[in-house]
Formats: sequence, C-alpha cells, structure tokens
Amino acid sequence: MIPKNSRAFSEKGDTDLSQKNTIKQEFGAASGVRESVNQHKNRSRRDFLTLATGITGCCGAAAVAWPFIAQMRPDAASQAAQTLEVDISEIETGTSLIVAWRGKPVVIRNRTMQEIEAARAISLEMLKDKQARNANLELDQLAHDEARCAGEGRENWLIMVNLCTHLGCVPIGGGADNPGWFCPCHGSTYDTAGRVLTGPAGQNMAIPPYKFITDGRVKIG
Amino acid sequence: MMDRQSYQPQSRFAQFMDKRLPLMRFFHNHILSFRVPRNLNYFYTFGGILSLMLISQLLTGLVLAMHYVPDVNLAFSSREHFSRDGQFGWLFAPWHSVGASFFFIAAYIHMARGLYYGSYKCPREMVWIIGMFIYLVMMATAFFGYVLLWGQMSSSAASVLIGLFRTLPLIGDSLAQWLLGGEAIGQPTLNRFYVLHYMLPSFLIILVFLHIWAVHQEGQNNPAGVDVRHQQTETVPFAPFAIIKDLFAISVFLLFFAWFLFYMPDYMGNPDNFIAADPLKTSAHIMPEWYFLPFYAMLRAIDFDIGFLDGALAGVLVLISSLVVLFFVPWLDQSPVRSGRYRPLYKFFYWLFIADIVLLGWLGSRSLGQEGSSVFLLWSQIGTAYYFFFFLIIMPFLPKFEKNRPLPDSITQEMTQVRRGFSLW
Repeated sequence: MIPKNSRAFSEKGDTDLSQKNTIKQEFGAASGVRESVNQHKNRSRRDFLTLATGITGCCGAAAVAWPFIAQMRPDAASQAAQTLEVDISEIETGTSLIVAWRGKPVVIRNRTMQEIEAARAISLEMLKDKQARNANLELDQLAHDEARCAGEGRENWLIMVNLCTHLGCVPIGGGADNPGWFCPCHGSTYDTAGRVLTGPAGQNMAIPPYKFITDGRVKIG
Repeated sequence: MMDRQSYQPQSRFAQFMDKRLPLMRFFHNHILSFRVPRNLNYFYTFGGILSLMLISQLLTGLVLAMHYVPDVNLAFSSREHFSRDGQFGWLFAPWHSVGASFFFIAAYIHMARGLYYGSYKCPREMVWIIGMFIYLVMMATAFFGYVLLWGQMSSSAASVLIGLFRTLPLIGDSLAQWLLGGEAIGQPTLNRFYVLHYMLPSFLIILVFLHIWAVHQEGQNNPAGVDVRHQQTETVPFAPFAIIKDLFAISVFLLFFAWFLFYMPDYMGNPDNFIAADPLKTSAHIMPEWYFLPFYAMLRAIDFDIGFLDGALAGVLVLISSLVVLFFVPWLDQSPVRSGRYRPLYKFFYWLFIADIVLLGWLGSRSLGQEGSSVFLLWSQIGTAYYFFFFLIIMPFLPKFEKNRPLPDSITQEMTQVRRGFSLW
C-alpha cells in the first residue's frame, strides 16, 4: 500500500542509490504508522459499504418478497364489502334460514316465545362472554338478550354469523333437548341468543351489521 | 462407518464416470458397502419401508394429479369419477389414501423405535431433528391432500385448521384471510392447497436425503445403544445383509398394506367424506384423520382459560407445544444410557407414554358436548398432562433417580446376552 504523498518522493527522479535508500528508510519509518491509519480508515469504509450494500439488498429482497406474500390475500372482488338482501317474510316462527354472506353462513332465526324467555332467563353472570359482539351496537354493549336480537319490536329475530368462535366450525342449531346451538367439533354450546355457555369457545357468536328495510326484508352487510 | 476404498470401477464407462461424476462410488459407499451394526432388529427396517412408501405416494400422487380438477364444483366429483370410472382408478385412488395411512403407521413405529433405543442422543441429534422436520412436512402434506378430496370432513378439517390460526391475538384474522385467500374456504383455498400438496413432497425428498446423510455420518444406532467398537466383527455391509432383511420386512408390511388396499380401502377414512363439501355445514361428528387424533385430543382438552390466555388460544398453544417439544428431545433426555433396554424405569414410563398416545388417539375420535362425554374430556386432560410430563419431567429428571442395568461392553457381548434370553427388547 503506497500512500498518496509517496509520489513526491518518486517524482524526484534520478538520485543516486544511497540517497534513494535513505529516503526509503526515512519514509519506511513513517509508512508503518500511515499504513495502519489507512488500513483502519479502509476497514471502516469497507464496513460501511458492506453494511449499506447489505441493507439495500435486504430492502430489495423484501420489496420483491412482498408481492409474493401479498398475492395470497383475498382478491379485490371478495374484499369489496358485500351486502346481501334477504326476504325473511317466509321464515316461520321456530325456523331459521341460513344464507351465505362473504362465504360465511349467517343464520336468520325467527325465535319462539320460549326461546326468547329462555335467553332472558340467563343472567349475565352465567355467561362466559359478557360482550354483546353486535356489530350494530357500541363495542362495550353487554350481552343482554336485547343487545343480541334485532331490537325492540323485533325480539323474535336473531341474525348472526353461524360460526363457532372457537375454531370456526358451523354449530348445529335447534335440537330438542338443547334449543340453542351446539358445535360438533369441540362441544361448545350456545344459548338461544347465540351466547356461549360451555366448551372451549371464548366469545358469543358474532352479529353482523344488518338493517331491516321493511318488516319482511333485511340487508346484511 | 464405511470402507471408502472398496469401490473399484470395473468397466471403461465406470472408470470414465468415476473421474467426472462419481455417482456410482457414492451409491456404492452409501448403500452397498455402508456398514450397519449386526444386532439391528426388525424395528430398524422401517427406514427402508418409509423410503418405499414415499416413492409409492409420489407415483400414485402423480397419477391422481392427472385426473384431478382443483375447482370447488368439480374437485369432489372428479376424484369420485376417477375412482369409479377411470382406468385403474379403483386401484390408484385408494392406493394413495391407504398409502398415506400406512406411511404414517411406518413413521410412528420408526419414531417410537428411535425414542425407545435413544437414537436421538449424541451424536445423532441432527438425525432426530431432521426427522421431526420430515414429520411436520408429512403432516402438512397429508392435511392438504385430505382437503383436496373436498368432502364434508375435508372442508371441516380446513376450517378447523384455519380456526387455529384465527385464535392468535391481533394478527389471527388477517393471517387466516391470507391463508384462505378469502373470508371463508373457497376456490382460492382449494387451488393453493392443491399446489402445496404437489410441491411439499419435493421438500420431503430433500429432507429424507439430509436425514440419511446425517445417519450415515455416525452410522446407525443399535438396540444395545453402545458404540461399534470393531468394524469387522460388529458390523455387516448393507448389501446383502440389511437389504435382504429390509426386503423381508417390506414384504410383510406390504401384506398388511395390500389387505387394507384391496379388502377395506375406506376403513381408515371417514364416511362423511363421501358427501361433497358444503362450507355452510359441519358434520355432526367431525374428527381428523386417525394420524392426527392424539394432537386433536390435546387441542380440545383445554376448555378452560389458563391465566390470561383464553381457552381457545391456550388449546392451540398446547397443540403447538406438543410438536415443538419433540424437537428438543435430544437435549431433554439427560440419561447417558442410550437404549431403553437398560433403563428399567424409563422403560415403564415409555410404554405408559405409548399407551397415553393410543388413549389420546381414541379420545380424539369421541364426540364431546353430549351426555356423559365429560369423562372423555377429563381423560383427555390427564392424557395431555402425561404427554408433557413425559417430555418435560421424566426425560430430564428420571436419570437422577434411575439406576440402569449394566451395559454390555460391546455389541458382541450384547448379542451373546440376547441369545441367553437376557432381554428381548
């Protein structure tokens, strides 16, 4: 490694050999120090370059990786909020209709008086999840039956996403001995307002956003 | 563990190749002249059986892929059509699904053998760890394949598995959406599962290659668990000794396989999977394929909150831990004695562990939430507790109290002991 100012010496041109040697010796003593300083400088510069190249490379790799990862997300059509209008005038008391909304089963149940009374007989203390989980109400609304059904005057209507909040199986509704819902996967039970009573599920079944257009038509989503 | 000098290329072609790409030398060193301990028993033939099953799955899978349509409306019927009307569909469709079951039977025996004879202990830790990766990839592949059938159980299996991810806090929902490619199981899900089911076996091949490489580095363990002292008297070359023994074991294994394949192809399947998938319904008694049942039982054993974790998430974490703990077995087991044959207490807990797995598997097939099923739940919890007790307490702490039987000085001595009926296992 020749320091830049060494040119000053070499450009002096022809001098006799002994002189050259003395110059070399003089210079030699200084060059040890200079070289180590330069090496140090070089190392930190090289470190910086390595680091900068590495970071740029990582950013590039991440930028390339992102499309590969993101392409697996739902496409634009299914991402667009879907709404669904359902005619519910044909649903008789004590029966329900299951419709597919965003690929999920939504149950629309016309509850009997007994079912409503059974749900109202359950106090909040008996529930695992005390939140209403109703997308039409405030987040902190408590899980009274009033906050689960379709509101005043429509207490008979229960509209909810029929997916177990444990692992997403479809609970089976309306058995004779269990008038609520029962999840066949891991045995969670829900009452007649879709609130979890027992089993591994931690939340009440979700109530999707919906609006009654007329008494016989409801818009989900 | 091999005689590296034994390969002598004979023909001109062999000599030509040996200088340029010594494939034959590799084959010779790693298969033909690879030396294995002479006291290996029939439990050591399952590596060969597994290799055969992998090839069988690859070939039959290739055939099935040619007749399968990954479309939500056609998937179920295309598979049924092939198995009923396709040329040799009656053979290939059950061959692949029964084959998957027998692949797992062989894998479980192979793993249980490793656990008993301490094949994961120093210096074979990498063999075990790569084996565990193989197991994970096998499970993923089997799961994707099961979903491809697109029956009722298939879609339930997919929704439960995705449900596992949904329980994760914060990222759960978006992760599930990302995996499914939609709000619920649909066309994007089926499409990507098909591709993954076809792609993952390539990883399996690579991992199997690494697994065998790792075994060949130190040579095989043996039922005595003592190191080979003298190559010439205590080991035999793979060809012909191990090959003939493997072939015999393969023949017996294939007898069972053929019995199931030809006489009861659907025995290990679920009748509900002959109903086409309907994501808006879940069958009344859902359960995974038999090879996942113990884990499934552990997942649903946790129906209570653990501290601040709610039951669902805790169940998922237990399921994940039950797999993760397997990776640490080489370091969890603190006993310097490899073979369970010389560890009287370990032997007891080992067989209890095997019984526990079988019990958990049986419990996983019961349906919960009905009259009298709380006893299943209780036993699932006991079984889950023992599963972790075995790995986290027995393995590290038992050696402190256990007095092992005297180890043989060498494989030769061990073999004379066996002949005198000292110990069969």
